[in-house]
Amino acid sequence: MARRYDSRTTIFSPEGRLYQIEYAMEAISHAGSVLGVLSKDGIVLAAEKKVTGKLLDLSGSNQGGYGGSGEKIFMLNSNVVAGVAGITADANSLVNYARQAAQRHLFTYNEDIPVEVLAQRLCDLKQGYTQYGGLRPFGVSLLYAGYDPHYNFQLYHSDPSGNYSGWKATCVGANSGTAQSLLKQEYKDDITMDGAIDLVLRVMSKTMDSTTLGSEKLEFATLTLDPETKQPKARIYRPAEIDALLQKQGLGKKEEDTEMKS
Amino acid sequence: MEVSFAMTGKGYVLLAADTTAVHSIIKVKTDVDKIKELSPHLLMAYSGEPGDTVQFAEYVERNIRLYQIRHTYPLRPPSAASWIRRSLAESLRSRNPYSVNLLLGGYDTSTYTPHLYWMDYLGTLVEVPFAAHGYGSYFALSLLDRYHDPEATVEEGLAVLRRCLDEVSKRLVVSPGKYKVKIVDKDGIREVEL
Repeated sequence: MARRYDSRTTIFSPEGRLYQIEYAMEAISHAGSVLGVLSKDGIVLAAEKKVTGKLLDLSGSNQGGYGGSGEKIFMLNSNVVAGVAGITADANSLVNYARQAAQRHLFTYNEDIPVEVLAQRLCDLKQGYTQYGGLRPFGVSLLYAGYDPHYNFQLYHSDPSGNYSGWKATCVGANSGTAQSLLKQEYKDDITMDGAIDLVLRVMSKTMDSTTLGSEKLEFATLTLDPETKQPKARIYRPAEIDALLQKQGLGKKEEDTEMKS
Repeated sequence: MEVSFAMTGKGYVLLAADTTAVHSIIKVKTDVDKIKELSPHLLMAYSGEPGDTVQFAEYVERNIRLYQIRHTYPLRPPSAASWIRRSLAESLRSRNPYSVNLLLGGYDTSTYTPHLYWMDYLGTLVEVPFAAHGYGSYFALSLLDRYHDPEATVEEGLAVLRRCLDEVSKRLVVSPGKYKVKIVDKDGIREVEL
């Protein structure tokens, strides 16, 4: 009997809940986490990759087709990078929708889509699946890191219900509660870009399952302003660059680890 | 015979349009406002086929307002200009195109710069330091070539505008008598008396 209100996404339960939406959110809380921190002169995004393994062929992502051939971090437009948590196939469909929406805005208004407008477009789509029957909601939460001239750097989060909110630092996915409270303790309003990178990596290393961070488990991206053109410039790190960064921060694999492996 | 001018200055854009409504050879009215206030920092002077002008200007006004209600902030002048241009360009190839010429002046509150756009009914869009539509342009453009200064104060700008209007009254056979002048700057829109 409990399943009476489960089978359709658009039917309220007697307590006024939409179970399918809650299950979608639950699915996300098991997914690889995505973390974003906003600073005055840029944004940092990091994501944990869950799908790994010795036999997985990563040569494609090692080459990098850097509109995001990664699994978790994608370029949506020249001014927006997004990290996704949840069902990857659903995320791919949303990323495609977002890119189209961004190009449509560029076509009609001859400007990069403002970050909040893009978040709203996606949320309108997601909300539709909470209301119209016979369809499953998107099992995806996104973090949008973007820049526009209206509000400069912005970080938004959206969930399967179609709600979205702006954040200074936030996290979605597995262990997001722990990460969130760590961020709350450590975040300062005047954080610099270097400080943000440091904070993101430290929180990531504490909340991830594995003991050592490495490019096979981590995706990393920054959004800053190009010092010359003053235009937003997204940088999705390549695996080698991630390892170099981790090494610099003292979070990478230690020498003895590699020795033991060999 | 419709006349409209516009020019940029230091941190502002100035728009002027005649106030006459003409039907055939008769002046029907002399206090028509042909400069629409599209948003807190955006002005649009329109001229062309009577009826078309009002219809199209109201269509633009409502759509710009709708964008502002939906997104809490208004379109910036370059984006508004692009949207209006596209509307005109799509109308041009439709069964009943609008024949409307526009001057769009706005102040971009996110980059702190004034913008002026010249647009015609064919969907031509150019960003310019000064602009004119109608018969007035034949007399005023050379004056503006000589006297326009993008760093001019409001007073200096108005003085240049007065030169243009005086020249039109002096030389144009059917010159309009009265003009409405509006300014947009960081503080918003205001009307000035010449």
